[in-house]
Amino acid sequence: MRIELERRPRASKLHALLSPLLALALTVFFGGLMFMALGKDPLSALYSFFIEPLLDTWSLHELAIKAAPLILIGVGLSVAYRSNNWNIGAEGQFTVGAIFGSILPIVFAGWQTPLTLPMMLILGALGGALYAGIPALLKAHFNTNEILTSLMLVYVAQLFLDWLARGVWKDPKGFNFPQSVTFSDAATLGPMFESGRAHWAFAFALIAALLTWIMMRFTMKGFQVAVLGQSERAGRFAGFSSRRMIWFSMLFSGALAGLAGISEVAGSIGHIQPIISPGYGFTAIIVAFLGRLNPLGAIASGLVLALTYLGGEAAQLSIGVSDKVTRVFQGLLLFFVLSCDTLILYKVRLVLAGGKSEGKA
Amino acid sequence: MKKLLLSFAASAAVLVGAAVTAEAADKTKVCFIYVGSRTDGGWTQAHELGRQELEKALGDKIETPFLENVPEGPDAERAIERMARSGCSLVFTTSFGFMDATLKVAQKFPKVKFEHATGYKTAENVSTYNSRFYEGRFINGQIAGAISKKGVGGYIASFPIPEVVAGINAFVTGARTVNPDFKLKVVWANTWFDPGKEADAAKALIDQGVDILTQHTDTTAPMQVAAERGIQAFGQASDMIKAGPKTQLSAIVDTWGPYYIKRTNALLDGTWKSEQSFDGLKDGILTMAPYTNMPDDVKAKAEATEAKIKSGEIAPFTGPLNKQDGTPWLKAGEKADDGTILGMNFYVEGVEDKLPQ
Amino acid sequence: MIFEAILLTIITASTPLVIASLGELVTERAGVLNLGVEGMMIMGAVGAFAVAQMTGSPYIGVIAGIVSGAVFSLLFGFLTLTLVANQVATGLALTILGLGASGMLGESFVGIPGIKLPAIAIPLLSDIPFIGPILFKQDIAFYLSIALVLGINWFLFRTRAGLKLRAIGDSHGSAHALGINVIRTRYLAVMFGGACAGLAGAQLSLIYTPQWVENMSAGRGWIALALVVFASWRPWRVLIGGYLFGAVGIAQLHAQIIGQEFGIAIPAQFLSMLPYVATVVVLVLISQNRRTTLINTPASLGKPFVPDR
Repeated sequence: MRIELERRPRASKLHALLSPLLALALTVFFGGLMFMALGKDPLSALYSFFIEPLLDTWSLHELAIKAAPLILIGVGLSVAYRSNNWNIGAEGQFTVGAIFGSILPIVFAGWQTPLTLPMMLILGALGGALYAGIPALLKAHFNTNEILTSLMLVYVAQLFLDWLARGVWKDPKGFNFPQSVTFSDAATLGPMFESGRAHWAFAFALIAALLTWIMMRFTMKGFQVAVLGQSERAGRFAGFSSRRMIWFSMLFSGALAGLAGISEVAGSIGHIQPIISPGYGFTAIIVAFLGRLNPLGAIASGLVLALTYLGGEAAQLSIGVSDKVTRVFQGLLLFFVLSCDTLILYKVRLVLAGGKSEGKA
Repeated sequence: MKKLLLSFAASAAVLVGAAVTAEAADKTKVCFIYVGSRTDGGWTQAHELGRQELEKALGDKIETPFLENVPEGPDAERAIERMARSGCSLVFTTSFGFMDATLKVAQKFPKVKFEHATGYKTAENVSTYNSRFYEGRFINGQIAGAISKKGVGGYIASFPIPEVVAGINAFVTGARTVNPDFKLKVVWANTWFDPGKEADAAKALIDQGVDILTQHTDTTAPMQVAAERGIQAFGQASDMIKAGPKTQLSAIVDTWGPYYIKRTNALLDGTWKSEQSFDGLKDGILTMAPYTNMPDDVKAKAEATEAKIKSGEIAPFTGPLNKQDGTPWLKAGEKADDGTILGMNFYVEGVEDKLPQ
Repeated sequence: MIFEAILLTIITASTPLVIASLGELVTERAGVLNLGVEGMMIMGAVGAFAVAQMTGSPYIGVIAGIVSGAVFSLLFGFLTLTLVANQVATGLALTILGLGASGMLGESFVGIPGIKLPAIAIPLLSDIPFIGPILFKQDIAFYLSIALVLGINWFLFRTRAGLKLRAIGDSHGSAHALGINVIRTRYLAVMFGGACAGLAGAQLSLIYTPQWVENMSAGRGWIALALVVFASWRPWRVLIGGYLFGAVGIAQLHAQIIGQEFGIAIPAQFLSMLPYVATVVVLVLISQNRRTTLINTPASLGKPFVPDR
């Protein structure tokens, strides 16, 4: 018995809608089995995972906080991946963005004007873009594989941040604890509404997603991305430069990651510390794919992933499963979503040993 | 293999099942936020044992939910807020990195009490608590001074925060009460938790000629290395005797239970006030693992020192003491004040290391 | 004496990196990029430790580690090869799942002293001064790592099957046209990568630090990924690179102690950056011109393949 795929002539719209539902159903089923095996009521477990976080205003705010960096980075990555540029170093660009943006509130702590915050955000995006510029340069001019260089640069950025937080940027009054001075109010990204602490990063994320969607859909640039991503040769016939596209897509995704980084620091954390991200840059890769490399899809997938983090916490408290169980559950969800997406582009056939084909979906 | 996996799942199920506490609406909630896994064998596990002790002592009046592996940063703020919203009356946040998050949430929930471990910022409803780990390290140092033939000890350190620096200084000061020429080499592993790296650091120290080892990182890996290389060592945070039955001389064991019970009782009878608690051996927040694998006279001396620290007769940092460069720090008979100890950022004489600044 | 001890420390620290990278090297040579090394490694570590505890035999534990890694990698194989899911995303998901699942499975084994795999002295050879104790009085993982370097080198460059595997990695389309079963070969390559990562994990929980704690791989799987690139997909260079990577970590600790006597302090973070910066430099050097790129890099790395019938 084996599984065979047959490429559909065009992506199936029906399955594009059905696939996430099927993935959800499978996750619910297998997740339920897991919770049962652990002696938990599967229904209340699933309730705390998917429903409970959505019932409170504060929890919705938390959802927005958690989703904002995932969406921002995911939007940028979806453009890069569409154009066939595999930037997987967003975590590093996030970090460098946070560092660049934090120069103002830490080194020039006295400079507190209404311009401070916008300048920080611009510096953050610039830092992320510059850092993504390294793999872009290496790919465009030395033909170096960007997957690997961008990944390596993540570690360099993280170590550099670690050095800053424990070294030169340490708060002199902080008893040697690895933490910078707390950002002044002028350097803090405030909450959007009175009702909770969700800050403007979420608005940035939505705006970025919308603008990027418009760019991809209606502009020449978007068309270039799509054509060069499909086939470099076709792009060249059309007179598009793949080298320029490398630069554009890497800098674009880097800038959004950098913006996410400084927003996270200025909005949620309030100072520089050795670790500022629980792996947003990597999780956002999954966000980009779950969103099918569509900027608007990234909003949905970013929210879903954020939901599983919050739900995991809720489940720890309400039904007493360990955080390991919640991580496994998250892993299951990712696997099912990734596998069900196959149905969009392919017909899947189960071939029995005798060679008879049996249509399945 | 399949059977094996099933038995894994089953045993995990039993464990998880046992951890669930019965829900009861009228019980007071005392909640815990952990930075690591509650089975990490070190820091977080010690807090978890404290929580269990609390549960055992006051279980009929309270329940004690917890969240583990909470990353420091925005996630911490959410986790703490979740606790506050879920009806917790008292929340213990058990890592330094939760400091700002604790204060932010505390501001929003003035009726909920918070206790932040090892920090330095307080508020009307935020206390801090810390342990005089250095008292135990002073006793360890005395033992090391007596046992070490070369007079050179090794210290695996995590990060140069005051608690760690004070521990290093207390160790070397204790050792020098026995052997005035005692020297201490320090390796900064730059991690709290990485068994491989801790083992490497232990090997490096042993290779560089130390014949007694102590650690300020959380896993038992250094103890295992010491056992393998046939030198003796001290455990940290938990009793690590299982990892080195013939190796461990003693260990400073964090026993947060008595503190958690004390503060919960204060909450229950309405006497809870914001304070900066700095308890030590005499309060039971810190205990010494049994003195093992050493001659009787060394053991007797260690026990005597422990008793004297408890009675207040001895304070580890008592002059005459010089700083690393030989400049005087404490005059004869002068005792270090708590402020200096809590913010310690210099070495005393005998430490062979440049303090990372 | 001290030199010998330092070398032994470096070997122990480097062996898991070398073994995991060798596995990933074969996977990547077949054109598959599996970023889930960390997840497979930690599954190997927990499987090896658990079985060693239950059976009392660390050797059965090693086998269990290998099997755990290989079985776990099948999940990646099924998604990326059969269902053509994106390799980068699936690899990351594999790591998330592995870290969670290992923590769950290993919960009852925390805090139990491990069973250490003993060193095996090879008669006569282990008596050679200096070299003997370093090379011939080692544990099974070290011997296996050397055997793997030799074996993989021979397999890739001296056998038909190895040639086919490389052909698939360079151009799966042409390989398929030549009648090579691309998917089957890639499955085997992925499983081999998983088995090696599992063995590396077993080395962690049975030799390096005989214990089980959650997240004990502490990022070593990611370093192994870097190492494959640093070695430009050559087994011998993996061995050399692995020891270099390991040595940087150990040297950093010794430099601290020796530096104490001279009063020098280089920030540890900058030393730790070196392997990654070096990897980028190597990448740039080997991709300088088309010819060296073609020789070294599997051209269809990370690209999905669907046979058309």
